[in-house]
Amino acid sequence: MDDFIFFINKALVSGAVLGSIYALGAIGVTLIFGILRFAHFAHGDVMTLGGFVAYGLALVAASLGISTFWPTGFIVLPLAIPITAAFALGIDRTVYQPLRARGARPVTLLIASIGVTLMIQGLIRLVAGTGVYSFFDTEPKELIRIPTEWMGGSRPINLTEPQLLMVIVTVLAVVALHFFLTGSRLGKGMRAMADNADLAQISGINTRHVIRATWVIAGGLACLAGTMLALDVSLKPDLAFNIVLPIFAAAIVGGLGHAYGAIAGGFLVGFAETLAVFNWSVVLRPFKDSIPFEVPADLYIVPTEYKLTVAFVILVIVLLARPTGIFKGAST
Amino acid sequence: MNLRALLLFAAMALFIAAVGWWSGAAFITFIMLNGLAYALIAIGLNIQWGYGGLFNFGIMGFIMLGGFAVTAVAYPVNGAFWESDGPAMLGKALLAFAVGAALVVGAWRLQRRLLKGPAGIALTVLAWIVAYGLYRSQIDPAASYIESEGGGGWVGGMGLHPLLGWAFGGVLAAGAAYIVGRISLGLRTDYLAIATIGISEIIRALLKNADWLTRGTLTVSPIPWPTPLPQDFQAWGVSIPVSFVYARLGLLAVVAVVLLIALVLVQRAYEGPWGRMMRAIRDNHIASASMGKDVKRRQLEIFVLGSVLIGIGGSMLTSINQIYDPGAYQPINYTFLLWVVVIVGGAGNNYGAILGALLIYVSWIVSDPLAQNLFGALSDASTRIGWGAIPEIETRSSQMRVFLLGFVIVAALRWAPQGLLPERIRRDL
Repeated sequence: MDDFIFFINKALVSGAVLGSIYALGAIGVTLIFGILRFAHFAHGDVMTLGGFVAYGLALVAASLGISTFWPTGFIVLPLAIPITAAFALGIDRTVYQPLRARGARPVTLLIASIGVTLMIQGLIRLVAGTGVYSFFDTEPKELIRIPTEWMGGSRPINLTEPQLLMVIVTVLAVVALHFFLTGSRLGKGMRAMADNADLAQISGINTRHVIRATWVIAGGLACLAGTMLALDVSLKPDLAFNIVLPIFAAAIVGGLGHAYGAIAGGFLVGFAETLAVFNWSVVLRPFKDSIPFEVPADLYIVPTEYKLTVAFVILVIVLLARPTGIFKGAST
Repeated sequence: MNLRALLLFAAMALFIAAVGWWSGAAFITFIMLNGLAYALIAIGLNIQWGYGGLFNFGIMGFIMLGGFAVTAVAYPVNGAFWESDGPAMLGKALLAFAVGAALVVGAWRLQRRLLKGPAGIALTVLAWIVAYGLYRSQIDPAASYIESEGGGGWVGGMGLHPLLGWAFGGVLAAGAAYIVGRISLGLRTDYLAIATIGISEIIRALLKNADWLTRGTLTVSPIPWPTPLPQDFQAWGVSIPVSFVYARLGLLAVVAVVLLIALVLVQRAYEGPWGRMMRAIRDNHIASASMGKDVKRRQLEIFVLGSVLIGIGGSMLTSINQIYDPGAYQPINYTFLLWVVVIVGGAGNNYGAILGALLIYVSWIVSDPLAQNLFGALSDASTRIGWGAIPEIETRSSQMRVFLLGFVIVAALRWAPQGLLPERIRRDL
C-alpha cells in the first residue's frame, strides 16, 4: 500500500500540477490560434514574464511586511494577472496589430513572435540576471499531509500548499472560462470568430474587441501558469524554452483552436511526462514474486534527461494518426 | 547582382576591413571563417524558407548533427575502446535495434493489410513497446560499460579525412530532415515549426547526454583540419602569430570553395525550371497541385536539400573551432541568429543570405565587447551619482544583445519585410 502512496505522491500529484500548468498555457495558445490563426511562440515567455511579475510583487509585499497564511506569490496574483494581461495586450498593439493592418500573412506573425520571444527573454534577464529564484526564501513551503490509515497505508499523501491551491485555481479558471465562452456575449463572439472571422465580422461582432479579450485571457492564464510553475519548482529566466514544446504539443493534441481540447491535451502531456520519468520499479516491487523477470532498482520508461522527448513523441503520434487532434481542430 | 547589391557588398567589405584593422589579422580571419560557415547555413535556410516557404526553427539541431558527424569521422581512432568488449556490446544493441525495427515495420504492415481496426493498432503498439524494451535492454549496459570501463570513456572517431566528415554531416542532417519532413509536411506550416523545435531539442538532449558516443559535456578536441594547422606552420619555422593567420587563410580557402560551389549550384537551380516550380508551390500550393506538381514530395525535397547545407555548415563550424561541445549549443546563437540573417539579408535571395550572414555575424561578435563597454560606462555613471554599480554586468550586457536581436526581427518585419536584397524574379524568361 505504501508503494501505492509513493506513486500518488511522486507521480499523480506532480502530474496533476504539471498538467494544470500545461493546460493553462495551451488554452492561451489555442485561443490565440483560433482567433488570429497563428502559432504564438512567445507564449512560453509570457508565462515566464508572468512568473517574474508575481515574484516582483511578492518581493514588494514582503518588504511591506505583508505575510499571511497563504504563500505571498499566490496572494499577489490578483495584481500580477492584470499586469501580465496588459503586457500581452501591449505586445499585440505594438507588434502584431501593425502587421495585421498591413495584411501580413500569419506566417509573418509567427516569425514576429520569435522576435518577441527574444525581446522578452532579453528584458527579463536584463532586469533579473540569469539566476534561479524561489518564492520560498522568506517563508516556509507548507506541507499538507492527508492521512491514509483508512485505506490501509502508513504514510500520508503529501501535497505542498501551492500545489493544492494551484490545482484548485486551475479548475476554477477552467470552469469560469467555460461559462464565459458559452454564456457571455463576448465569449460567444470569440467562438464565432474562431469558426469564421469574416462571417463574425459581418454579423456585427466587434472583432477588435474580441481580439483584445483574447489577449487579456491568454495573458492572464499565462501569468497564472507561470506563477504556478515558479511556485512549484523555481523561477528561472529560461523557463519558457522548455515549456513551449509541451504546451504546443498539448494544444495540437487537443486540436488547435479548441479550448477544451487544450485542457485535455495539457493534462495528457503533463501526466505522460511525469509517468515516463517515474521510477516504476517502486510500484512493481510488491509484485516481484509474480513477475517472471527480476525487477531492476531503477526502471524509468525514459531517462529524466529525455523528458522533453515525451512531449515530442506524443506530438508525432498525433500528427501521424490524427493531425486535427482529439477534438477536431484546424489541420490545413 | 545589381548596383544595390554591389554597393551593399562594398559597404560590408569596408565594415569587415574596419573591424579587421581594429582587431588584427588573426582574429578577423577566424571571424571570417565562422562567418562563411554561417553564410552556407544561411543559404540552406534561405532555400527552405525563401524558396520553399518552409519553417525551420530547429537549425541548431541540424548544426549539432553536422558537428557530431565531423567529430565521429575525423577524430583519431580510440584503440582502447576497440580492444574492449564495447564494440561487441554495441553490436548487440545494433542487432536489437534492427530486430525491433523489423518487429515494428512487420506489425505496421500487418495492420495496413490484414488486421485493420483496434486489434491491429494494439498489435502495433505492442510491437513498439517490445522493440523499445529490447533496444533499451541492450544499449543501457553497453553505454554504462563504455562510459565507465570500456577504455577512454567513449567510442572515439574513425580517423578519416575531415572533408568526409563534412559530407557525413550533410548526410545525417538530411536523414533527420527527411524524418521530420515526412511527419509534418503537408499539414499546417506551424506544425513544421513545432516539429523542428522539438527535433532540435531532442538532438541536443541526445548528443549532450550520450557520453559514450560524444563524450557529452566533457567535450572533444582538437578536431583535425583538412588543411595544415597553426602548429604545422610553426614546425616549418613560421612565427606563432603569423602561423595562425596562414593556417586560417588555408582553411578559409577550403570553406570559401565549398560555399562557392553551393552558391553556384543553388543559383543555377533557382533560375531553372526547378526554381520556378518551387516558387509556384510556395506562392500557391493549391494551384501548383492542380497543375500536376507533387507538392508534398517537392517540399520534402527542398527541406532535405536545405538541411544538407545546414549540416555541412555545422560540420565546418565544429572543424573551425576545433572543439565539439554539445553543452555549448544555444538556440540563440544558431537558430535565431540565422533567422535574423535571412530576414535582414532578404528571403529568397542567396546573395542577400551571404551578405546578411557576414554582416549579422560580425556585428553579433563585435557587439559583445561594445555592450560590455557600454554597460561599464553606465555602471561608472551610476556609481558616480551614488546609485552603486550594476551587478552581474557581464551577463546583463550580453542579454542586452538578445533583446536587440529580437528587436531587429520585429523591426525588419514591420518596416523592411523584403530585407536588404529583396528577392529578384526574372520575368524575361
